[in-house]
Amino acid sequence: MAPNDSAETNGEATGTVVGRRKAARYIVPFAVAGVAAATIGLVPALADSGDPELPDITAQELIEKIAASDEEQLSGTVKVSTDLGIPSLGGLAGSFAPGGGQGESTASPDAKLMELASGTHTLRIAADGPDKQRLSILGEGSEYSLVHNGDDIWGYDSESNEVYHAESDGNERGGKAGERKAPKGVPATPKDLAEEVLAAAGDTTSVTVDGTSQVAGRDAYKLLIKPKQSGSTIGSVTVAVDASTGVPLKFTLAPSSGGKAAVDAGFTSVDFAKPDASSFAFTPPEGAKVTEADELKAEAEKAGTADKAHKAHKDLGSLEDFKGLNVIGEGWNAVAAVEVPGGAGMPTQGSGDVPAQARQFLDALGDKVSGDFGSGTVFKTRLVNALLTDDGKVYVGAVTEDTLVKAADAAE
Amino acid sequence: MSQAELTAVPAPRTAPRALWAFGILRSELATTLRRWRTLALLGVLAAVPVLIGIAVRIETGDGSRGGPDGGGGPAFLSQVTNNGLFLVFAALSATLPVFLPMAVGVVAGDSVAGEASGGTLRYLLVAPAGRTRLLLVKYASVLVFCLVATLVVAASALAAGALLFPVGEVTTISGTRIGFGEGLLRAGLIAVAVAVSLTGFAALGLFISTLTDSGVAAMAATVGVLITAQILDTMPQLEGIHPYLFPHYWMSFTDLLRDPVHWDELTRNLGLQALYAAVFGSAAWARFTTKDVSV
Repeated sequence: MAPNDSAETNGEATGTVVGRRKAARYIVPFAVAGVAAATIGLVPALADSGDPELPDITAQELIEKIAASDEEQLSGTVKVSTDLGIPSLGGLAGSFAPGGGQGESTASPDAKLMELASGTHTLRIAADGPDKQRLSILGEGSEYSLVHNGDDIWGYDSESNEVYHAESDGNERGGKAGERKAPKGVPATPKDLAEEVLAAAGDTTSVTVDGTSQVAGRDAYKLLIKPKQSGSTIGSVTVAVDASTGVPLKFTLAPSSGGKAAVDAGFTSVDFAKPDASSFAFTPPEGAKVTEADELKAEAEKAGTADKAHKAHKDLGSLEDFKGLNVIGEGWNAVAAVEVPGGAGMPTQGSGDVPAQARQFLDALGDKVSGDFGSGTVFKTRLVNALLTDDGKVYVGAVTEDTLVKAADAAE
Repeated sequence: MSQAELTAVPAPRTAPRALWAFGILRSELATTLRRWRTLALLGVLAAVPVLIGIAVRIETGDGSRGGPDGGGGPAFLSQVTNNGLFLVFAALSATLPVFLPMAVGVVAGDSVAGEASGGTLRYLLVAPAGRTRLLLVKYASVLVFCLVATLVVAASALAAGALLFPVGEVTTISGTRIGFGEGLLRAGLIAVAVAVSLTGFAALGLFISTLTDSGVAAMAATVGVLITAQILDTMPQLEGIHPYLFPHYWMSFTDLLRDPVHWDELTRNLGLQALYAAVFGSAAWARFTTKDVSV
C-alpha cells in the first residue's frame, strides 16, 4: 500500500507543476501585447518631454526672422487637420464642382483645395524658387498633384486620370491671373497661414514667444498670438518657427471654446535641400483627359449658371465687393454686416413663403436670439458665427454669439 | 519548451533535427498547395484579374474612357486602358479587401484544426519534431501561401494586362513617369507588401485554428473576425482604435506608386503586422503546446 500511495502523491504533484507551467505560457501573448501598448503609449510622451534649449528671443525678433527667411528650396510632408465644426466640406464642394458636369474637371484646383477645409489630409510640398512649386494631396490610393513650373500650372487627379492645365505667359489675361495664384490662394502651408495671421495682427493682438518645441525633428520657437479683446471665437494661434531658418513649421489655431484645435497644420518632415528637378516636370499621361483653363472659362460663360461654385468661391474671397457690406468693430472682433438682397430675412411664421416644416428645420439648425435689433437666428460653427435677423440682415464674424448680438444692436 | 524538448534530446542531434524540420516544412507545403481546395482558391484568385481586364476591355472597346467619371470602383481602374501594368495594381486593390484574406483565412484556419478533425494531428505529434517546431512549420507554410496567393493574382493580372492592353512607361499617381522596368520592380514590391499585409491575419487565423478541433469552425471564425475588423474600420465613431485594426493600413501598398515613395504608412503597416504576428503567434504557441490532443 505504502509504495503505491507515495507514487500517486508524486504523480499529482508533478501534474500540478506541469499545469502551472502550461498556464504560464498564456502570459507570453499578454506580455507581448502589454509591452507593445506601453511602447505605443510611452514613446511619444518621452519624445515630447524634451523641449530644446534655445537662446532667448523676443517676439519682435522672431517675427523679423520669419520675414527674413528666404528659404526658397524646401520639400516636406505636411499634415493638415481641420475641424471647423461644419459638416464635411469635401463632399459639399465635390457635389458643387465636379457635379456641374459638362465643362468642369475634377482636376481643377479650386474643388480640390476646398476639400482641405475639413478633415485630416497629408500633403507633400516641394518648392524651388518662385517658379517651381509642387503641392500634392495624398489620398487613399490616389493623389492630387498641383505642379507649377515656369509658365505652366498642371493639376493631375490620379483617381479620375484627369489633367487640368493653365498657362500664364507674359501678358496675363483676366482669369489667368487668378489661376496663377491658385496654388497660393488657399493657405495650406504653415508659412502661408502664419503670414496671413501676422498681417492681420494690430494693436488688438498680443504676440509673445511661448517656449520652444520640436517639429519634424527640428528645434523651433513657439510664437503665441492671442486676441487682447474678449469676444472672439479664436482662442489663440501658435506658430512654431524653425530656430535656424525662420521658416514656420507648425500652425495651430485653437478656438476660445476649448477642445481640439480648429486648424492644425504642421510639417511631419522637412528638408531644406534643393528638390529633385523631376518633381516639377509634368507631362500629361497617355489617355488622360486634359482640360484647359481657357476652355473651362469659355464653357462656364456659355453655360452661365453651370459654374456657380466658382462664383460662390470668388464671392467669398472678395466680400468687400458686396453691396451694403459694413464692417463693425475692429481687430479680432470685426463683424461683417451684409444686407441680403431683396431684404428677405428668415421667413416668419405668418409670411407664408415657407411651409411650416421647412421653417422648423431652419430653426433647428440655429438658435433664436433677440435684442435691441429685433430678433433673429444664430448659426454657429466652431470659428465663425452668423446672425440672420428677421428683417433680412446678416452679421458674420469670428466672434461669440454675444458679440454678434452687440454688434447688431450697435448697428441699429 | 515543447514536449519533445522536455524528453531530453541530446544536443548533437540538433542539426539532423533542423533538417528534419525542413523536411516537414516541405511535406507540409506540398500537402497544403496540392490540396484541391487550395488549388480552387488559387484558381479563383487568378480569375479575378482576368475578369476585371476583360470587363474593362469590353467597356472601353468603343473608344470611351475606362471607369466612371471621377473615379469609383477599385483604385487605378481608370489607368488600366492606358497601361496594362495598372491591372496588377487594380487587381491587387480589388482582391486585398476580401478574396486574398479569405483564402488565407481558409488555409490558416484549417492548418491545425483541420488536422485535428481529420485525426492526423496526433500522428504528426508522434514525430520527434516537437509542437513548437510543428507550429512554426504550420505558420511558415501559411506565410508561403500568402506570398503564393498574392503572386498568383499579380502574375495573372500582368499576363492579362499585357495581352489586353498596351504596356509601356508608367505614370505614377504623383504624375511623374518611370520606365517600364522600374514599374515592374514596383509591382513586385507591391506584391510583397500585400503578402506582408496578410501575415498578421495569418497568425490570427493560426491561433483560432488551435482553439478548436473543427476545421470548418476555425475557417468560419477566422473569416468572421476579418469581416468584423473591416466593418469596425469603416465606422468613424471608432476612429481611436482604427490604427490598431489589422486591415487598417492594408491599402498602404498604393503609397509605393507615389514618387517619391511615401513610407510612413507602409512602415506602420509592417509594425502592426509584426505586432499581430507576435501576439497571436505566441497565443497560438501557448495554446497549442498545452493542448490535449486526444483525437
